[in-house]
Amino acid sequence: MKVLVAVKRVIDYNVKIRVRSDHSDVDLTNVKMAMNPFCEIAVEEAVRLKETGVATEVVVVTVGPKAAQEQLRTALALGADRAIHIDTSVETDNKVESLTVAKLLKGVVDEEQPGLVIFGKQAIDTDNNQTGQMLAALTGWGQGTFASEVKVEGDTLQVTREIDGGLQTVSLQLPAIVTTDLRLNEPRYAKLPDIMKAKKKLLEVKSPAEFGVEVVSNITLLKVEPPAERQGGVKVGSVDELVDKLKNEAKVL
Amino acid sequence: MSILVLAEHHDGVLVGATAHVVAAAKEIGGDIDILVVGEHVAAVAEAAAKFDGVNKVRVADHVTYAHQLAEPLSALIAELAGDYSHVLAVASTTGKNVLPRVAALKDVSQISEIIAVESADVFKRPIYAGNAIATVQSADTLKVITVRSTGFDACPDRGGEVGNAAIEAVNFIADNAQSTFVKEELAQSDRPELGAAKVVISGGRGMGSSENFKLLEGIADKLGAAIGASRAAVDAGFVPNDMQVGQTGKIVAPDLYIAVGISGAIQHLAGMKDSKVIVAINKDDEAPIFQVADYGLVGDLFQVLPELEQKLQKQNLDAN
Ligand SMILES: Cc1cc2nc3c(=O)[nH]c(=O)nc-3n(C[C@H](O)[C@H](O)[C@H](O)COP(=O)(O)OP(=O)(O)OC[C@H]3O[C@@H](n4cnc5c(N)ncnc54)[C@H](O)[C@@H]3O)c2cc1C
Ligand SMILES: Nc1ncnc2c1ncn2[C@@H]1O[C@H](COP(=O)(O)O)[C@@H](O)[C@H]1O
Repeated sequence: MKVLVAVKRVIDYNVKIRVRSDHSDVDLTNVKMAMNPFCEIAVEEAVRLKETGVATEVVVVTVGPKAAQEQLRTALALGADRAIHIDTSVETDNKVESLTVAKLLKGVVDEEQPGLVIFGKQAIDTDNNQTGQMLAALTGWGQGTFASEVKVEGDTLQVTREIDGGLQTVSLQLPAIVTTDLRLNEPRYAKLPDIMKAKKKLLEVKSPAEFGVEVVSNITLLKVEPPAERQGGVKVGSVDELVDKLKNEAKVL
Repeated sequence: MSILVLAEHHDGVLVGATAHVVAAAKEIGGDIDILVVGEHVAAVAEAAAKFDGVNKVRVADHVTYAHQLAEPLSALIAELAGDYSHVLAVASTTGKNVLPRVAALKDVSQISEIIAVESADVFKRPIYAGNAIATVQSADTLKVITVRSTGFDACPDRGGEVGNAAIEAVNFIADNAQSTFVKEELAQSDRPELGAAKVVISGGRGMGSSENFKLLEGIADKLGAAIGASRAAVDAGFVPNDMQVGQTGKIVAPDLYIAVGISGAIQHLAGMKDSKVIVAINKDDEAPIFQVADYGLVGDLFQVLPELEQKLQKQNLDAN
């Protein structure tokens, strides 16, 4: 079974973000970028499926600017076999809407015919949490979102999902879509020899036009503002003082 | 304009967050219908019919919709969506699972986790873990939106005299060959639901063990609080995942949030920094959590918590 993994280049999760002074967007100039943490988990899961003999090939795909090839190389170093870059030539890939990404990935699915597509549950820049579900709609496949465990059993997939009240397990007919939650696995680090080897792996570049998809947006970003700053309060010296303040000053007890 | 609101429910009970989504729908303006989907959901429909300003409640009650799996639920909503300008749901794990699938079936975008309505097509939503607030405008004819319930006050029930909204059955039954329900392991708790509690006390990695989380229970009992956790506490196996507060867990905004042994990573703050009053208990006086806390207490939680529990008790005695 071939496994396709969708990865996104995003701001590194440790970076403190700044909003541009003209409020047009977040400022990404000279900011450290990285693979979305949930996508690292997706790559890891695919590589483990290959290591256990369930997957035969792991293909990673990204939609975004040329710089996103860096994240594809990272995925190749982590054990993916080959990569596809759909070059949208926009400044940052968060400009391409989830629906457009899903349509482009539908094109890749039609060509590659994977048995399973693994996504991160959420990109930590837009916090959209949409793209996997959207590809599931476009393919008509079953979806196992927010996965904390996946097991392939013949032509079905058992997915344990992190839901609000606890855990839910569903069984999906393959091919299917999975989106990863943090607990699914702990991604490995790339080793230097693997990083060297990754440079020789196949990385194809395609254009949206090849899939007959127009990169359009029905959502316009009007403004980006910093959130209301929270004023740090006071330090209290004792439990007595804390209880007193909560009761008499904040009046929440 | 006409708006369809997907009711959130568990175990045959309407979840309170739905009232916040109805409030968001009222800000958009127009006729509001509520859709109740599931199996044995008559009581949910009756509760939903009580919301002020609701036109009608549409109910799809069928075994196909038990457990609200995304595949049949999205097919149903897509089937009904033609009647509406907006489809809204709680940004719960159900809403997040289903609505993007609906949007793609209808070939429109989805707007995630709005916290404010500016007009019928302009909304505010947090991005980058709440470190920026985006104002976005949708040009889609059908707007598919999940709503962060902490962004809106709950819509009230109608007063006694005015009758409840009409309830009508939806007979569309979706095919579903793609997915089957296997099982659910739901946390059992007598405490209030995390998302709805007035007081939340959360423990982090500093709690040290699952056993030590008991130190929070006595305090939670006295305050009628829900218990939450940081991701590090979940990852360490101290508590189950449904207790996680943060960017990728639950978003809470109680009157009082008490963070114990939590450092205050941005991903955690994203889930609780809209709380009215924040208390931090941490032994490291430079922990970033103190930058957002109204009241910070530097100290060892193993000393502070038992004392706090005891003093709260005394408070209550004093009050009586
Ligand atoms: C993609 C992604 C998503 C994430 N989503 C979330 C999320 O939704 N929610 C979330 O919480 N995290 C999330 N995280 C993780 C987040 O980055 C932090 O790692 C996590 O919040 C840290 O948890 P903590 O504060 O409990 O642990 P730590 O950072 O280890 O802090 C422990 C604190 O306990 C204090 N302490 C220790 N012992 C004591 C004692 N005896 N008495 C008093 N204080 C003590 C220490 O001083 C320290 O400040 C996410 C991370 C990533 C990469
Ligand atoms: N531009 C992109 N290229 C490839 N995959 C993407 C892209 N955007 C989103 N994804 C995938 O969809 C997941 C969820 O992203 P989102 O729906 O944008 O929050 C990510 O973790 C990726 O797996």
